[in-house]
Amino acid sequence: MNLSAIPSATPSLFSPELLPRLPQRLVEIILQSIGAPEWLVSIAGFGVAAGTVVGVFAGAFALLSLIERKTLARVQNRIGPNRAGWFGILQPVADGIKMLTKEDIVPAKAEKLLHLLAPILIVLPSILALGVIPYGREWTPVPLELGLLFFFAVGSMTELSIFIAGWASGSKFPMLGAMRAISQMVSYELPLMIAGLGVIMVSGTLSLPRIVELQSGFHLGFIPAWNICTPWGLVAGLLFYICSIAEANRCPFDLPEGESEIVAGHMTEYSGFKYALFFMGEYLGLFAISGLGITLFLGGWQAPFPGLDFVPSWFWFFGKLALVIFSFLWIRATYPRVRIDQLMRFAWLCMIPMALLTLPAAGIWTLLNRGGHGLLAWLVTVPLLLVPWVIIAVIFNRRLAPATRTYRFADS
Amino acid sequence: MKLRLPGAGLLEGLAVTGRNMVESFYKKERMTTVQYPEERAPISPNFRNFPFLVYDGDAKTGLRCTACSICEKECPPQCIYIVLDRDENGKSLKRPKVFDIDLSVCMNCGICSEVCPFDSIYMDGEYELSTDDRFGGLLFGLDRLAKSAEYHMKLRPEQASEVMARRKADEEKKAAAAAAKAAKAKADAESKAKAAAEAKTEEKGESA
Repeated sequence: MNLSAIPSATPSLFSPELLPRLPQRLVEIILQSIGAPEWLVSIAGFGVAAGTVVGVFAGAFALLSLIERKTLARVQNRIGPNRAGWFGILQPVADGIKMLTKEDIVPAKAEKLLHLLAPILIVLPSILALGVIPYGREWTPVPLELGLLFFFAVGSMTELSIFIAGWASGSKFPMLGAMRAISQMVSYELPLMIAGLGVIMVSGTLSLPRIVELQSGFHLGFIPAWNICTPWGLVAGLLFYICSIAEANRCPFDLPEGESEIVAGHMTEYSGFKYALFFMGEYLGLFAISGLGITLFLGGWQAPFPGLDFVPSWFWFFGKLALVIFSFLWIRATYPRVRIDQLMRFAWLCMIPMALLTLPAAGIWTLLNRGGHGLLAWLVTVPLLLVPWVIIAVIFNRRLAPATRTYRFADS
Repeated sequence: MKLRLPGAGLLEGLAVTGRNMVESFYKKERMTTVQYPEERAPISPNFRNFPFLVYDGDAKTGLRCTACSICEKECPPQCIYIVLDRDENGKSLKRPKVFDIDLSVCMNCGICSEVCPFDSIYMDGEYELSTDDRFGGLLFGLDRLAKSAEYHMKLRPEQASEVMARRKADEEKKAAAAAAKAAKAKADAESKAKAAAEAKTEEKGESA
């Protein structure tokens, strides 16, 4: 299959399917018409394609910062920001102006260069990771053959920049916060990758566009053939989901910036726009990891029901992205922050065993389905995953659940 | 012990927050916050901060204050400044020429309103007093302190109507007393005139 940057046979320049690629195509056509050399055309094209992705997700970041506050407010029976502009629509602009005009304070004990580099380095991997995700049938900014590997490799850079931030601040809270962040992110990266491994096993490829294409079609005419609709995929998808919350440092796993214990973790000594960059990196990372989860388990840009092919495929991707992000907000509004020991125990005693179990389950599933024993595949994999899950959950509950409290006066 | 599916508690929590979020869009009683600049919570009649002066009828001439300076003397932080108004002969007009209250000094104790014998000074319900001029903007003169009796009635109906009734009764009593006094004075004058006439005749008789 051909995965070159620009599909040669394009239906029309202005079809909705190609809308996100329109700026890139226009720049290429203009450059070709004025007789620019081929290398310049392709470099400019890639630049514009990258700019499109960054622009879309920077806008989404601004929008999300408002929607998050609005959603949390609604859950707490408040209205949320409604002063700047119509229904607070200009709140991100106001926040941006405020962040830009704030004083930039660098502590005297800080490593000046690293202190400056850390916020930049935290945004960079997120943007790089966003580049390989297939957003639509015709819209993969950089269709790498080893896209998944690239994603994980780049994603691991985030830990490094968080540690740089913690170390370069020359203060105790950032250091403690960074160490907690590292231990958390390394622990959760393991089940995250193992959960993704099952998809690689079944798909037999590391190319993200190819993984999405393999999830096309429908079982029984209406159940989408996404990986999440298989027993192993459901378990792996849930694990991936929990891990992506932890990887994105979001509640209830937002220990790295646990403001009640360590001020703001690695961001304590940052102010002004550098502080905003940390948030930007965090939100872009959230988009990237959710996008990967959608690509691996939720069928990427595939439509959820048959007969919806007239809608541009990137619409389905962003719809799924919005739903996943909303679920993150919902979870943030619901659960309190976990303790660091609970967090680590949960990763190593629950997540990793379950993630490891999805591998044989995925293998058995593929083998039996290839042999034409679809029913047998269900009968083998469901108990294989369900029984250990119940055992782990029961043991975990016994060990960690606090004793049932008795209230002397309230209960009577 | 009730056997529960592992993770059921998590879903219950999500259901609670989800219900909160959805119902906040259509259930009025969920949104308990008063959206302040647009709407205001009603203030209690017991709410009291900075004093104001009551006038009946006209703001210039109807002031109840007689510039007796009792409040000025009683004020613990000494935030009241009163100058008595006098006519050109130096006779008291029984009204203040200057009545200043420095709100940056006032401590809202309410002693001025307690000691006032003329029902003139009361504690206000005004709370939006912030200003960018901390000297002039917080030094209230007569123009900003004087408020009508109707305002007082609206602010604290119970107290104001009691005061009004008492003032009316006092006025009636005063009027009755004045009438009695006038009648008595008339009678006195008459009897005096009679006595004088009698004395005159007596004198005449003596001299005669």
